[in-house]
Amino acid sequence: MSRRDRAAAAASLQGAAPVFAALGDGTRLGLVARLCAGGPASISRLTAGSEVTRQAITKHLEVLAEAGLVRGVRRGRERIWELEAAKLDEARRWLDAISAGWDEALERLRKLVEE
Amino acid sequence: MAPSSTDRIEKQIVLRAPRARVWRAIASGEELGAWFGVKGLKGWFEPGQRVRGQIANEGYEHLTLELTVEKVEQERLLSWRWHPHAVEPAVDYSQEPTTLVEFRLDEVEGGTRLTLVESGFDQIPAHRRDKAFRMNGEGWAEQLRRVERHVAT
Repeated sequence: MSRRDRAAAAASLQGAAPVFAALGDGTRLGLVARLCAGGPASISRLTAGSEVTRQAITKHLEVLAEAGLVRGVRRGRERIWELEAAKLDEARRWLDAISAGWDEALERLRKLVEE
Repeated sequence: MAPSSTDRIEKQIVLRAPRARVWRAIASGEELGAWFGVKGLKGWFEPGQRVRGQIANEGYEHLTLELTVEKVEQERLLSWRWHPHAVEPAVDYSQEPTTLVEFRLDEVEGGTRLTLVESGFDQIPAHRRDKAFRMNGEGWAEQLRRVERHVAT
């Protein structure tokens, strides 16, 4: 790995740090996994069967929301929580994958011509 | 009408190399193949030429790269058309619309500015995007299941 590759990897890792920090907690990770497996859910459903209070769960969900992992949508008196990933525009994601491919290719081109 | 944000990808980089060097890297088959990860490309590209090569990147060796060169303006512009993200060997992409890939070179202080634009994504059938999206979605879910299994033990 070149110095530039390492720098780029470090920069992208740094950008991902809030996500890892948000996931670095058993309760929050469990919440994300539950939303992932079961789809959008209300706070009551997420609290059911858990020893953690509703208030604490809400706090955890807010941390996850800040990291861009979940979002809460108000429905009636309750907020429904869902994975942000599911909301990402599909065309945008497809384009992002292609865009990332170009980034890698252009870095290889840089190596070739700057040698 | 301005193209939508989903229709194009644009990249710009400054390479610390003379324009003639960068031109060789994008307009000659051997050189393009070296950084693009494609085997079997040869010679300078010509307008209208159909180019085929074997993908050399690990995991994609079963794929063929196919493109049709459009414009060749010495040391200024190279463009081609192809089928973007054509990664499934069983799918016949030939009837689908293509995207246009353009490389523009400009001399700047300290080197050459390369502008890459790939456009025409809005014309690509929706089911291609849906599929990519579903695969990404499942990948995300699978990663989380792994993490969950890991922390649950």
